[in-house]
Amino acid sequence: MNDITNKTILITLWTLTSKEIRRFMRIWVQTLVPPAVTMSLYFVIFGSLIGPRIGEMDGFDYVQFMIPGLIMMSVITNSYANVVSSFYGVKFQKSIEELLISPMPHWVILLGFILGGVSRGVLVGIIVYCVSLIFYPEFEIANLALTLLVLVLTAILFSLMGFINAVFADSFDDISVIPTFVLTPLIYLGGVFYSINILPELWRQVSMANPMLYVVNTFREGMLGISDVSISFSLTMISIFIFIFTSLSLYLLHKGIGIRE
Amino acid sequence: MENFALEISNLRKVYSGGTEALKGISLKVKEGDFYALLGPNGAGKSSTIGIIGTLVTKTSGTVKIFNYDIDQNVSIAKSILGVVSQEINFSQFEKVIDIVTTQAGFYGITKSLAKPKVEMMLKRLGLWDKRNDQARTLSGGYKRRLMIAKALIHEPKLLILDEPTAGVDIELRREMWDFLKEINNNGTTIILTTHYLEEAEQLCRNIGIIDHGEIVVDTSMKDLLRRLDVQGFVLDLEEPLTKAPKIEGFELRLEDSLTLVTAVSKDSSINNLFSELNNIGINVKSMRNESNRLEELFIEMVKK
Repeated sequence: MNDITNKTILITLWTLTSKEIRRFMRIWVQTLVPPAVTMSLYFVIFGSLIGPRIGEMDGFDYVQFMIPGLIMMSVITNSYANVVSSFYGVKFQKSIEELLISPMPHWVILLGFILGGVSRGVLVGIIVYCVSLIFYPEFEIANLALTLLVLVLTAILFSLMGFINAVFADSFDDISVIPTFVLTPLIYLGGVFYSINILPELWRQVSMANPMLYVVNTFREGMLGISDVSISFSLTMISIFIFIFTSLSLYLLHKGIGIRE
Repeated sequence: MENFALEISNLRKVYSGGTEALKGISLKVKEGDFYALLGPNGAGKSSTIGIIGTLVTKTSGTVKIFNYDIDQNVSIAKSILGVVSQEINFSQFEKVIDIVTTQAGFYGITKSLAKPKVEMMLKRLGLWDKRNDQARTLSGGYKRRLMIAKALIHEPKLLILDEPTAGVDIELRREMWDFLKEINNNGTTIILTTHYLEEAEQLCRNIGIIDHGEIVVDTSMKDLLRRLDVQGFVLDLEEPLTKAPKIEGFELRLEDSLTLVTAVSKDSSINNLFSELNNIGINVKSMRNESNRLEELFIEMVKK
């Protein structure tokens, strides 16, 4: 008998990925609607009401400047939340046993969850972009290829981080600590609502240590053609972190940390 | 040369807290066998099953499923193994039909190929009418059936059931026994752990007893039952008695005025007892075994 075939691997991967997509689509009121509602409020309050008083930011209308940042914020939180809640959910319900007993290789299990997270992240990103067009219909994407590349890479990166969080999580508290106390502050201070050029020198230097700044600004480069940071440096760093987190996730799965006794 | 569905050699498991759950057990289960693995709580049954299904990491030793080592040929070994875990392990929020179809997909069976298999399996296990119900709405018995459907959908050659009938009513238990006998007759090797010793006696041809991480018995069911020296009988009397009669060669105890209890060694004949009782004017209305024979043996084995 031959070892597991490529066709079998593809079927198992598709099964897990479609299960993950079906999961967040089944609860679309909890997964797809909230970002649309929250972002609409941001656009109304910060874009239409306060935005005109702020004026321009880096040569763009404030609402226009905010759009890439708000899309990125949604992509980051949703891709992370999807994987952390789904993988912790299968651990909690013990349905992870279905995966571990099956002949699926570890990398397929990881890829299936990551593709689920990426699908939700990208879908939410598209939804928020469509919402933004209601408030700024004349918006045009400057560099579509770069925009899509950063969108997907960001969703992969934060899906991987959600996966690692879920592996170590022992309770539902553990899956909300990092999004609440680490991700959210870093995102808000990562240039979603402002350009770091308006900050005093000290805080500008401090902001440069925030990894979210690179993700948000690279995406802004793709959508608006402006950035506070080097694009090649940002893309390299995102790719390096994806490599590191992928290796770490596979190591955790191989060693059975958090999933096997 | 005999083919073995499962070969375990020197299997050891030490948990991180230092508990040695398995102390180097070795076990062989023949192809086509219906094997009972018994043991008290904490004896090491679930650790053994966990290691076979790769849910528990072993400390040392080897496990082969139909000659495929779970370390070297893990994908093939897993593809011919089905496990029904002790605890419910499916997503409670999915539909019954989706759970089984997805499980088939995890074994590389496409949706179109899985469809007729899933229909047949759900019908066979009485779940077809509930196929569109969310799993969490099923009763305990139906959840158990769903676990079995999931474990069998890829037609494994070796099926391991970890207490499959725990908490299941008698009628459903009997139905499950018939179903398991049928799939065993069709060629699937089955290993069963259970606390219902009657279940093991009814279904299994061979038996292993594990205690404190060691195999203390590994033999045929017939051989094990032959080791039983004494059987207890309960006699229901037609007329009430005030004290137990004295009959040579038998120890009789009065449980209540209409019930006599006795133990008969395998050298004695119960006919002699009936004759003697008849001679002193005691008529027996009916008779039954005092307790499950295997239960007595089991307690004896794990006491040693």
